[in-house]
Amino acid sequence: MAASVRCFLRSGKMMVRDALNQAMDEELERDERVFLLGEEVAQYDGAYKVSRGLWKKYGDKRIIDTPITEMGFTGIAVGAAMAGLRPICEFMTFNFSMQAIDQVINSAAKTCYMSAGRQSVPIVFRGPNGASAGVAAQHSQCFAAWYAHCPGLKVVSPWSAEDAKGLLKSAIRDDNPVVFLENELMYGVPFEMSEESQSKDFTIPIGKAKVERQGTHVTVVTHSRYVSHCLDAAAVLAKEGIECEVINLRTIRPLDVETIEASVMKTSHLVTVEGGWPQFGVGAEICAMVMEGPAFNFLDAPATRVTGVDIPMPYAKILEDNSLPQIKDIIASIKKTLNV
Amino acid sequence: GSSPLVVLLNYIQLKISPFFSPRQGAAAVVSARTYADFTTQATFEIKKCDIHKLDEAPATQVVMTRDEGLKYYRVMQTIRRMELKADQLYKQKIIRGFCHLYDGQEACAVGIEAGINLTDHLITAYRAHGYTYTRGGTVKEIMAELTGRRGGIAKGKGGSMHMYTKNFYGGNGIVGAQVPLGAGVALACQYQGNNELSVSLYGDGAANQGQIFETYNMAALWKLPAIFICENNRYGMGTSVERSAASTDYYKRGDYIPGLRVDGMDVLCVREATKFAADHCRSGKGPMLMELQTYRYHGHSMSDPGVSYRTREEIQEVRGKSDPISLLKDRMLSNNMASVEELKEIDVSVRKEIEDAAQFATTDPEPPLEELCNHIFYNDADLEVRGTNPWTTLKSVS
Repeated sequence: MAASVRCFLRSGKMMVRDALNQAMDEELERDERVFLLGEEVAQYDGAYKVSRGLWKKYGDKRIIDTPITEMGFTGIAVGAAMAGLRPICEFMTFNFSMQAIDQVINSAAKTCYMSAGRQSVPIVFRGPNGASAGVAAQHSQCFAAWYAHCPGLKVVSPWSAEDAKGLLKSAIRDDNPVVFLENELMYGVPFEMSEESQSKDFTIPIGKAKVERQGTHVTVVTHSRYVSHCLDAAAVLAKEGIECEVINLRTIRPLDVETIEASVMKTSHLVTVEGGWPQFGVGAEICAMVMEGPAFNFLDAPATRVTGVDIPMPYAKILEDNSLPQIKDIIASIKKTLNV
Repeated sequence: GSSPLVVLLNYIQLKISPFFSPRQGAAAVVSARTYADFTTQATFEIKKCDIHKLDEAPATQVVMTRDEGLKYYRVMQTIRRMELKADQLYKQKIIRGFCHLYDGQEACAVGIEAGINLTDHLITAYRAHGYTYTRGGTVKEIMAELTGRRGGIAKGKGGSMHMYTKNFYGGNGIVGAQVPLGAGVALACQYQGNNELSVSLYGDGAANQGQIFETYNMAALWKLPAIFICENNRYGMGTSVERSAASTDYYKRGDYIPGLRVDGMDVLCVREATKFAADHCRSGKGPMLMELQTYRYHGHSMSDPGVSYRTREEIQEVRGKSDPISLLKDRMLSNNMASVEELKEIDVSVRKEIEDAAQFATTDPEPPLEELCNHIFYNDADLEVRGTNPWTTLKSVS
C-alpha cells in the first residue's frame, strides 16, 4: 500500500502506469494463482515501469522474466492458465504479439468453445498498443481490430487511470482470455481518481462504454488516447455552440452498441475516432452495427470515421504527426458531418 | 453363445470408470476361474535406450505382471479396434473432416500412461484418439465426438482434434503449439508444488518447430517438471525424416536437455523410459526428452492413402515384425502368462465395446441448434451473438 500512496501526486491524481501497477499489486495479493510473466517485468521493473516494485514484493515465483521468445512464453502462459493458474502475460508492445498470435487465438480464444466449456483459459494479455512517438512502422501498429475480430476473446482499451485500474482488475478476475490494450503515451498522464476507486475491490465491468461528456449535436465514439483528443476537440467546438457527446468505449469487444445507439438517437450524428488504420477497423465496425440497428433511422448524415492514415507509420516527426488524427482533424470531421 | 467368462467380462467392462483402476478387468476375472497355472509375473529383457547427456539408461531387465500384461493388451487392442472402426465410419462418410489415426502407435500411449499417474498431465497434437482413451475418455464418447453428436466428449463442438478430459489438454490442431502449452502446465505443477508432471507430445514433423526450441530453453532454465516426447513415426505427413530434418536424432535435439531414444513399439520399453524420465522430473532436475521410434499403419490422415511416400513392403514389414500388440501377445503366451483363449475373449469383448460405441455414435442425435453459440466463454453472463444476418440474434450460455 505504501508504494501506491506515493503514486498519488501532490494534486491527488494518479498516473495511468501507477493505476495499472496498483491493479496488479492488489490482484496478486488477493489471489495467489495470479502471476505476471514477460520480458523485463521483474528485475528491470518493467520496460515502461508498469510493474515497478512487484518483483521486489512478490519474488521470482510470481513475477517472471522471460527470454525474448514470445511464441514460447505465450504458449507457456496459456498452458499455465489451462492448468489452473491465472497468468498476466505481458507483451512489451503488442507488435510482438504477432509472433505469438497463434497461441492467443487458437490456443486461448477458441479452447473453451472447442471443449464445450470443459477447458477454461483465465489469462490476460496486456501491453502497450498502437502508436508511440518516433518508434516507426514496426513498433506502432494498433491491434484493436485484429483481436476484436475473434470470438472467444474480450478486448479492452482503457483511457484514464481509473479505467486502467478498474478494467485491469476485471480482466484479471475474468475466467476468460482478455486482450488488454494499453497506450504508452498515456502511461505518464495523471488523472483524478474517484473515492470508490481506492477500494481494493473496485472494478469496472468489461463491455460497458462510458459517456465522458454529454452533448446533443453529435456522438463522438472513441477509445484509448483519442478520448483525450476528442474531449479537447469538444472543448473547442463548445465555444462555437457545438455540443459533442463523447463516448469512451472502454471495451472494444464486446462493443457496447446500446450506449452508442442511445446517443445517436439523441444527436442524429456519428463520428468515430481511432488511431488504427481505416480499413476493416473499429470505426468500420461501429458504423456497420449502427446501420443494422434502430439508430440508423435517426441519422441525419452518414457516419464519419476519423482514423490513422492508411500507411505504415513513418519516423520523421512531421510525417508521424500527420499520420494520426490530430485535434484539428477531429474538429474538421465533426463540422463536416454536421455540415457546418 | 457367450461363455460365462465373456458375460462376466462384459459386465465388468460396463462398470469400468478410470480404466487403470486396479479394481477392474483381470483381478475380477481371477475370481471367476482359477488361473493358478499361469505365471503371475515374469522378467523381460528389453532393448537398451540410446542416451544423451545422461550417465545411465533405463533398466533393460523389467518385470511385468500378468495383470499388467492383460491390462496393456486390452487397452492397446481397444485403441487398435477403435481406430479401425473410425476408418470404416470415415469411409462411410459418417465421420468427416480430419481424422488422424493412431493404429501402430498404441505402445506409446499405453506405455506412457503406465509410467505416470492419472494425476499427472498430458497434452498431444491431433493424432489424439488413443490418448483421449488412456486419459480417461470412453470409446463411446470419443466415437460420438468423431461423428459429431451431442454425446461426444466435446458435445460435437470439437471433433477429432479437440477432445479433452481431466488432466488432458487435447487434441491440438496447430503443429507444435501444444509443446509450449504443455510446458505451461508443467509450470503450474511447479508453482503449485503438487509433485505432478506434464507430458508434452509432438511428432517428427513438429520437432523442427521454433516454438519447441523456445520451450526447451525455458523448461531447462526454470527446471520445469516436463517430459517432452517425440513420437517419431518416420513421416511428417508425406515427408520422411531424412527430407525434413538436418538431424534426425530427435532425442538429442533438446541439446542441454537429457534425452532417451526408445523402442516405441515395445510397451515395456516405453513404460520403463517414462518411469525413468518421470523420476528425473519429480526429483527437481528439470525436463527430459524422449524419442519414441514408432510407426503408423495409416497415412497421415484419412485423406492420405499413405503409400505414395513409403512402400507397402515397409508397412507390411513393420506389421509383421514389430506390431506392438503382437509383441505383447507373444511375450505373454511364451511365458505362460495367459492363454490363447483368454486373449481371444478380450478381443471379443473389445470388439463388442467398439460395436456398441459405434452404434451409439451413429444413432445419437446431432447437437441441438439452440446450443450453437454456447461455451464461447466460461462462467460468464448470457451473451447475444449475431447470426448470419442482422435479424438473427442467437443466445450463448456459458
